[in-house]
Amino acid sequence: MQVTTKQFTDSAESALNDAKIQANLLGLYGGFHQARLDASAATPDWDALQERGRAIKAHTIANLDAYLRMAMENVHKAGGNVYFAKDANEATSYVTSLALSKGVKTVVKSKSMVSEEMSLNERLEEAGIESVETDLGEYIIQLAGEAPFHIIAPAIHKSREEVSELFEDKLNAPHYTSIDDLAQEARRQLREKFIAADMGITGANFIVAETGTLVLVTNEGNGRMCTSMPRIHVAITGMEKVVPSIEDMGIMLRLLIRSATGQRISSYVTAVTGPRRAEDEDGPEEFHLVIVDNGRSRLLADPDLREALYCLRCGACLNACPVYRKVGGHSYGWVYPGPIGAIVSPMLTNLSDAKDLPYASSLCGACKEACPVKINLPRMLLYLRHQLAEGDNYPQHRTSTAKERLAMKVWRMAASNSFAMSTASKLGRLAQPFMPGEGKNKGGSSPLSAWTRHRALPSLASRPFRKRAKDHDL
Amino acid sequence: MAAATSPVRASLFVTCIIDQIYPEVGDSTVRLLRRLGVELDFPASQTCCGQPAFNSGFWSDAKPLARRTIELLQHDKYVVVPSGSCASMMRVFYAELFHDEPAMQQRIASLASRTYELTEFIVDVLGIDDISAYAEGETNQNKRKVTYHEGCHLRRELHAQTQSRTLLDSLPNVELTEMEQSEVCCGFGGTFSVKFPEISGAMLNDKLKYAGETGADAITACDSSCLMHIGGGIAKNGMDIQPQHIAQVLDDALTG
Repeated sequence: MQVTTKQFTDSAESALNDAKIQANLLGLYGGFHQARLDASAATPDWDALQERGRAIKAHTIANLDAYLRMAMENVHKAGGNVYFAKDANEATSYVTSLALSKGVKTVVKSKSMVSEEMSLNERLEEAGIESVETDLGEYIIQLAGEAPFHIIAPAIHKSREEVSELFEDKLNAPHYTSIDDLAQEARRQLREKFIAADMGITGANFIVAETGTLVLVTNEGNGRMCTSMPRIHVAITGMEKVVPSIEDMGIMLRLLIRSATGQRISSYVTAVTGPRRAEDEDGPEEFHLVIVDNGRSRLLADPDLREALYCLRCGACLNACPVYRKVGGHSYGWVYPGPIGAIVSPMLTNLSDAKDLPYASSLCGACKEACPVKINLPRMLLYLRHQLAEGDNYPQHRTSTAKERLAMKVWRMAASNSFAMSTASKLGRLAQPFMPGEGKNKGGSSPLSAWTRHRALPSLASRPFRKRAKDHDL
Repeated sequence: MAAATSPVRASLFVTCIIDQIYPEVGDSTVRLLRRLGVELDFPASQTCCGQPAFNSGFWSDAKPLARRTIELLQHDKYVVVPSGSCASMMRVFYAELFHDEPAMQQRIASLASRTYELTEFIVDVLGIDDISAYAEGETNQNKRKVTYHEGCHLRRELHAQTQSRTLLDSLPNVELTEMEQSEVCCGFGGTFSVKFPEISGAMLNDKLKYAGETGADAITACDSSCLMHIGGGIAKNGMDIQPQHIAQVLDDALTG
């Protein structure tokens, strides 16, 4: 997927000015966010479940090489193939070559964020292979030629009316007014593709190492059809999605589904182990598991960022985030938006290009509060800010400007002792009448004039507390 | 603690924003704590806890400020901070800032164990739930309607969600009217509001809308920084609601 993290501020402002996007974002807090709160409140010992889930992820990520090897061996035992892809390009080449060598003309796909990293649809189309998204939300954005707006609800920024217009335009469908009719239209269109497809491509919510089982969580059932109808099934997964055992998977499923949609269980939970066996009535002839690194080992190698690999991709931090709820998913400029995206996207693409992302947070902590495995997202945002400002771990990505560094030095000097602070505040009071304020510097572009578009500036007190302390005999 | 015969001793860390912009909040804090029997002192050379630099990534600039704050408060008394955010910096983030200096960790842990945000200090250390018992003579019995904004660091770093509400609820002359989404950030975030004024402004506008809908006379919070931001929006929009730090609301309600 094309990386546009550099344009964060511009994209965010255009989202802020887009009344349709703003209207469609309004429902998230009362919707998914509230549903998660209700579901977790209704789960006995939710906190203990979270701790257990976190411990499972911590253990797995700390022993990732061993569990990946175990997963590979067990997929092989079940008759499947495993391919480790160093980056998105390797993964895409493997899938495309496989499709070409097997004479595949049509691919049906279920939701996979990793395949977005790979620009897989575009690459398959370039190779002359039709690739059709079958998750309704993904189908909508594929028709619209857009990227997912949200990790679990890719088309949440589109209203029913917009989808209706899109179907009229792209599918020559009649003008539908109900969501049910729109879903039925997509179903009719997709049914033909399922019948024609030679290859099904899915993501993976979990890979169970001890059995080599792929687990998929969906609500529409098309994901399951992608695993069972075409003669070849390819599953693509980030390398962090492995869990040791079936029992662990059960814990993670409870956390994932409640945090994603507030359901106790999704409509479909599909577990697939290898291709069709001799005694099976149906199923694919071939099963391929593509395990993708694509920068994840950079997260693994950095003890301060490793925790980002605990992410279940439930989307709870997006729904909780007041910044995401204003700027939406596309502003973040790559596959993963919101608080987790502000950590993962810079590290999987280019940190200095994405320098705005770690700063695009008020550090309110709502993401940390929402995360089912208690990932401390604000701590990682602070760490990335430090690396961008002056840190030693990614020196080639240091992007702080001389102006920013100077501002900090001035603040540090002003606050270095009580006398300096008093002197600075005297100077500040003298400068105050010249600051942009109500009716002043209109249309200016200094940081202060931008600030005063929404808020009046406060004034420095004529007698600071350090002077008043004497009045209190302090 | 409250039952002890000797008074509770505490240092006031007033925060730079209260010192420089809202000294009257400091006045209220002192009056309030003294009324509750606290033996208070004010280490005069205090400045800033270092959070602005820390949050901006400039840890080398934050460190000297944090270090002098830690040294200044190296004693056996409590430290009371009328700010959930600055208290979080000292209690939670100093350990992170000095993660590469093991020698500092013991002093930081000591400071963290003694540092409380104002309403936490009153409820959790002094053991006071019903603050109305400390009213001075005849208080004004006209009920004022107050709504409460929950500061982010107070809620999610200090995990103090109930103390401020307990104190407000205990006052017969204050009616706490909860606003929608009181737990959602007002959009300040320090340099965040300067770096992304439009995103921050959109968040602020939601906060103002929900505060306005309560019909309260005042919006209160445990942080002057949130209130500076919210108050700036109130002034800009000419709204009829007053931003007031919780120290002022409590002080006023007890004085009458």
